[in-house]
Amino acid sequence: MQIIDAIGRSLQQVPVFADLSADYHQLVAGCGALSVFQSGETIYREGAAADSFYVIRRGRVRLEAHVPGRPPCIVDSLGANDPLGWSWLVPPYRLQFDAKALELTRLIRFDAACLRRKMADDPRFACAIYERLVPVIVGRLAEARRQLMDLYGQPAGRSQAWR
Amino acid sequence: MAITAPLVQPASHLWSISPWRISHVRRELADTFTLTLDPPADAADAAAAFLPGQFNMLYVFGCGEVPISISGAAGEGGRLKHTIRAVGAVTRALRQLRAGDVVGVRGPFGAGWPIDDTAGSDVVIVAGGIGLAPLRPAVEAILHARERYGRFIVLYGARSPEDILFARDLGRWSSRLDTYVDVTVDRAAGAWRGNVGLVTALIARVGLEAEHTVAFLCGPEAMMRFAVGALAKRGVEAGRTYLSLERNMKCGVGLCGRCQLAGHFVCRDGPVFRLDRIPNVFQVREL
Repeated sequence: MQIIDAIGRSLQQVPVFADLSADYHQLVAGCGALSVFQSGETIYREGAAADSFYVIRRGRVRLEAHVPGRPPCIVDSLGANDPLGWSWLVPPYRLQFDAKALELTRLIRFDAACLRRKMADDPRFACAIYERLVPVIVGRLAEARRQLMDLYGQPAGRSQAWR
Repeated sequence: MAITAPLVQPASHLWSISPWRISHVRRELADTFTLTLDPPADAADAAAAFLPGQFNMLYVFGCGEVPISISGAAGEGGRLKHTIRAVGAVTRALRQLRAGDVVGVRGPFGAGWPIDDTAGSDVVIVAGGIGLAPLRPAVEAILHARERYGRFIVLYGARSPEDILFARDLGRWSSRLDTYVDVTVDRAAGAWRGNVGLVTALIARVGLEAEHTVAFLCGPEAMMRFAVGALAKRGVEAGRTYLSLERNMKCGVGLCGRCQLAGHFVCRDGPVFRLDRIPNVFQVREL
């Protein structure tokens, strides 16, 4: 119970969940546990069951895509207070990327089945969770699209010949 | 809060080209290099008086003239440093030059970063790619008078780990306890242990007290557009956001009109602008 209370208090510091009601903090915290990963340790692997969802308390995590015949391609890096993983929200609940700790990393790990069950039981709770996670997903999608724009490359539409 | 006024140049200085000798050429990246220039003997005293953020017109004899921001700190023995990316005829010609060669220098021109006017504030530097070059003198000036400022944050984004400019300087700045430095790249593989993602993601993560914060931005305009949005989201107002713009400049003094932008001449009124004086500059298409 003490751990659940501690997780509930931690969630109040996490911007994405900060404005959840106290009851909902307790509901989320009830599915949580604390976990620690050493630098270089794999948190999860692509293709595995998305049975967990994380919030990073301290440390840094990178998301990697496995590319045959090449070094892993790093697609994103996350830090303190960032939610980690959303495959748990979408069937077939399979992880899309590898996640690796870049340094000693402390996380809150949530049991995805537990959260999904509570969300199915209480549509208002489910809505509150979606309202907070969808903007994160949309923000990361926009960032990923902007990364594709090659912002630091030579502008294609503007001649640099005068330089 | 005013933008630092341009140094007033004598009228003759506007058009006369002084011959500066290259004392050192440093390759920074595959397409980027820094020229260190020694002043001509008859102008050594006033030679390298400039404000961080100003630019010079560099002339390659027989080829042409280009505006290049000053990337060295003030007071480096009267020398000038210019960091240049070879993208056109003149900058490619500059890349061919070696120590001992002479380039023509006209300037310095334009409005610089408001270094003195922002004393007492927290300062966030947001740079992308070669945009770190015009900000380097500002970073050094603030570090030189570090006690006059609040929190000092440098956020830098590059295309890949191999494209990180001034890596040694970034390391030196980040080793200071009074300065927060974070770097991110758009793409990386294998051994890279730093951040991956846009510089806007760094803005979202860093602790800011918006009402006490002043932001200096320089980089590709596409990057600055998103960075301005990320700062606004954190509450940093346009009146406290400064950015350096680049346009095709020819005369350097607001006469030829080539660098006209939203009612301003970038060479004379900029290149550093306060964002509220050029509102919507990133929203107007084809500007």
